[in-house]
Amino acid sequence: MKELLLLIAGSILVNNFVLSRFLGICPFLGVSQRLDTALSMGAATTFVLTMAGAATWAVQSYLLVPWGLGFLQTLAFIIIIAALVQLVEMIILKTNPVLYRALGIFLPLITTNCAVLGLAILAAGKGYNLVETSVFGFGVGLGFTLALVMMAGIRSNLEYADIPAPLRGAPIALITAGLLSLAFTGFSGLISM
Amino acid sequence: MAAGVIWSSIGTMALIGLVLGLGLTYASRRLAVERDPRVDQIEQLLPGANCGACGYAGCRQMAEEMAAGRAPAAACVAGGSATAAAIAEILGVEAGEVQERVAVLLCGGGAREASRRSRYLGVQDCLAAQLVAGGPKACAYGCLGYGTCVRACPFGAIRLNDDALPEIDRHKCTGCGKCAEACPRHLIVLADRASQVFVACSSQARGAEVRKVCTVGCIGCQLCVRECPQGAITVENNLARIDQERCTRCGSCLSRCPTHCLVAVTELTPCQPAEGVVDWKQAAQSGG
Repeated sequence: MKELLLLIAGSILVNNFVLSRFLGICPFLGVSQRLDTALSMGAATTFVLTMAGAATWAVQSYLLVPWGLGFLQTLAFIIIIAALVQLVEMIILKTNPVLYRALGIFLPLITTNCAVLGLAILAAGKGYNLVETSVFGFGVGLGFTLALVMMAGIRSNLEYADIPAPLRGAPIALITAGLLSLAFTGFSGLISM
Repeated sequence: MAAGVIWSSIGTMALIGLVLGLGLTYASRRLAVERDPRVDQIEQLLPGANCGACGYAGCRQMAEEMAAGRAPAAACVAGGSATAAAIAEILGVEAGEVQERVAVLLCGGGAREASRRSRYLGVQDCLAAQLVAGGPKACAYGCLGYGTCVRACPFGAIRLNDDALPEIDRHKCTGCGKCAEACPRHLIVLADRASQVFVACSSQARGAEVRKVCTVGCIGCQLCVRECPQGAITVENNLARIDQERCTRCGSCLSRCPTHCLVAVTELTPCQPAEGVVDWKQAAQSGG
C-alpha cells in the first residue's frame, strides 16, 4: 500500500510526465487556455491513462512476452490505446451525454497523446504488475491534470500581464512552461523509485 | 527462424486488430445511442431561427426537451398555435394555447415629428448613439431611429420607414422579443396579438416639455381617461397607459387625443380589425 501511495506521489511531483519527462506537451500547451477545459481534459486523460495501463499490461504479459514478441510493443500499444479511447467515447456517450458534451473534442484527441503511450511503455519496462500499472496510470493522470491546471491558471493571469510584444502568445507560454518545469526539479530526490 | 518471427508478428497484429475491430463493432451496436426520431420531426416544424424566446439555447434543444416530455408542445412562442398543433400531433398530446404576442413600438416621434438637439455622425446604431450624451434627439425617451431593432429581428419583420421609425410587420413578427431586448430605450413592448390600441409615446416628461420637442407626444392631458367608457386608461408620470385587459378596442379615445399619440395598430388580412377601430392615420387626417 505504501509503495502504491509513493508511486502516485512520485508520478505527480517527482516524475511529472509533462514537466519532468516532457510527454503530453501538445495538450499541455493547446488546452491550457481556460481553467474549466483544462480540468475536463485532465479528468478525461486520467481516466484513459488508468484504463490504458490495465489494457496494455494484459496484452504485454499474456500475448507479447510469452510469444517473444516484445518488439511489437509500440505498435500493439498504439492500436490498443486508439481502440480503448473509441470504446470510452462510446460508453460515455451512452451513459453520460452531459459529460460527453463537456469533454467534446478532447476525448478523441487523447488517442494521440504521447503520455498514454509513454505510460504503457514505461510501465512495461519497469515490470509493474496489473495493480501497479493502473495506479501508476492514475498517478500520471493526476500529475498531468495538475500541470494542466497550473498552466491554465498562470495563462489566465498572463492575459492581463504587460508582456513585451515579441513574447506575446506562444513564446511566453513556452517560457512559462520552462519555468514551471524548472520549479518541479525541486522535487527531484524527494522520492526515490 | 526469421520467417517464423515475421509470420508470428503478422499473426499477432492481425489477431489484435481482429479482436479490437470486432469488439468495437459489437460495442457500437450494443452502445448505440437511440436517437428519438421525433426530435428531427419537431425540429423540421420549428421556425429554425434559434431566437431563444422559448428559454432554451436553440430550436434543437427545445425539440429534444419536447420529445422528452419536459417542455410543453406549445413552448415555441415564435411558431404560434399552428406549429404547436403540429408538434402536439407528433407527440400525441393536447396542444394547449400559445399566447401569441407581437412587438409594438411605443413611440410615434419620427424624424418629422420629433426635433433634434444635435447632429450625430457616429456609428449608425442606437446603442452607440445613446452613449454619446444620450443621443441626438431632443426627447430623452423617443426612438433614436438607427435601426438596432431592425438588425436584432431574426425574422426580418422590422424595417425603418421614411420617417426613421421602425415599422413592425405583424404577419412576420413572432413575438420573440429580440427587438425589445435590443432597444436601448425600451420602446418596444410585447403585447397580446389581440390588443390594438396603444399609446405611441413613452415620454414621462411634463406636457409642456413634450410639446416643445415632439408633435405627437403624450402630454398627460387626461382627455382620453375621461373619454374611455371602460375606464381602461390611466395617466401615470405624465403618460397615458391602457389596461389591455379592459380595453374593448372601441376606438373612442383615438379621436379625442389632441396630439394623436393614441394609435390603433390595425390588423390586415386575414385578421379583420375589431369593429369601430379606426386607422389612426385616417383618424389623424380627418380629425386634424
